[in-house]
Amino acid sequence: MIPADVKLDTLGYFCPMPIILTSKKIKELVPGQVLEVASDDEGIKKDMPAWCETTGHEWVGLEEEPGAEKTIYKAYVKKA
Amino acid sequence: MNATKLEPATALAELKETKPDSVTLVVLSGDMDKAMAAFIIATGAAAMGMKVTMFFTFWGLNIIRKPGSTSSAKDWMRRAFGWINKGGSDNLPLSRFHFGGLGTTMMKKVMKNNRMPGIAELLEMSQDLGVKMIACTTTLGMMGISKDTLIDGVDQLAGVSTYLAEARHGSVNLFI
Repeated sequence: MIPADVKLDTLGYFCPMPIILTSKKIKELVPGQVLEVASDDEGIKKDMPAWCETTGHEWVGLEEEPGAEKTIYKAYVKKA
Repeated sequence: MNATKLEPATALAELKETKPDSVTLVVLSGDMDKAMAAFIIATGAAAMGMKVTMFFTFWGLNIIRKPGSTSSAKDWMRRAFGWINKGGSDNLPLSRFHFGGLGTTMMKKVMKNNRMPGIAELLEMSQDLGVKMIACTTTLGMMGISKDTLIDGVDQLAGVSTYLAEARHGSVNLFI
């Protein structure tokens, strides 16, 4: 379990919504805080590290929670 | 001869520092699917902190026209053209499987059921994220579209030089 300060639920949303919602949410955090982004779009596994690389925020990691219907991906980003 | 020698590594670092991370999109197509691709790239890039400029030309102008807008052109040919060529982000046909509107309506329904944003929503989102929108003056005139029938928030009316001035600094330039 990766500890998070703020959580963002993007379940049910497709690309590019998780990234757009993340870019809006991250503004509410102070540097050093960790944001957890929950998504069921598998694209987030690659998209979130790429977003971090471009924006300069720190990529912390990813957790997968396999469910009966779909897997939930939790991406963790530390605000720079 | 004493030519100034530039270290490749330094030059690269300098270039990286001075080159703004920007994206320019030429949107020529007025098809729903292509407009969707353009806006997904635009909003994605803006969310990644890149500077995004969209140039709308030809059929792409229909995306940034107010719905149901007519033409105020003086000559009958352009007026007829502007009248037949309906604008509005909600009236765009699919490039394939439009089937007189049936296919497009079905696709929109599928998108809505899956919480996918439509073109109108993507357009609004792009404006919220600060995507710059430019309408091409030449094609506006050619197609009999007057500037007052364009949606609010179109930043400027311009031509090829404005596009090139932006694009030459861009790291991503796409033609859709």
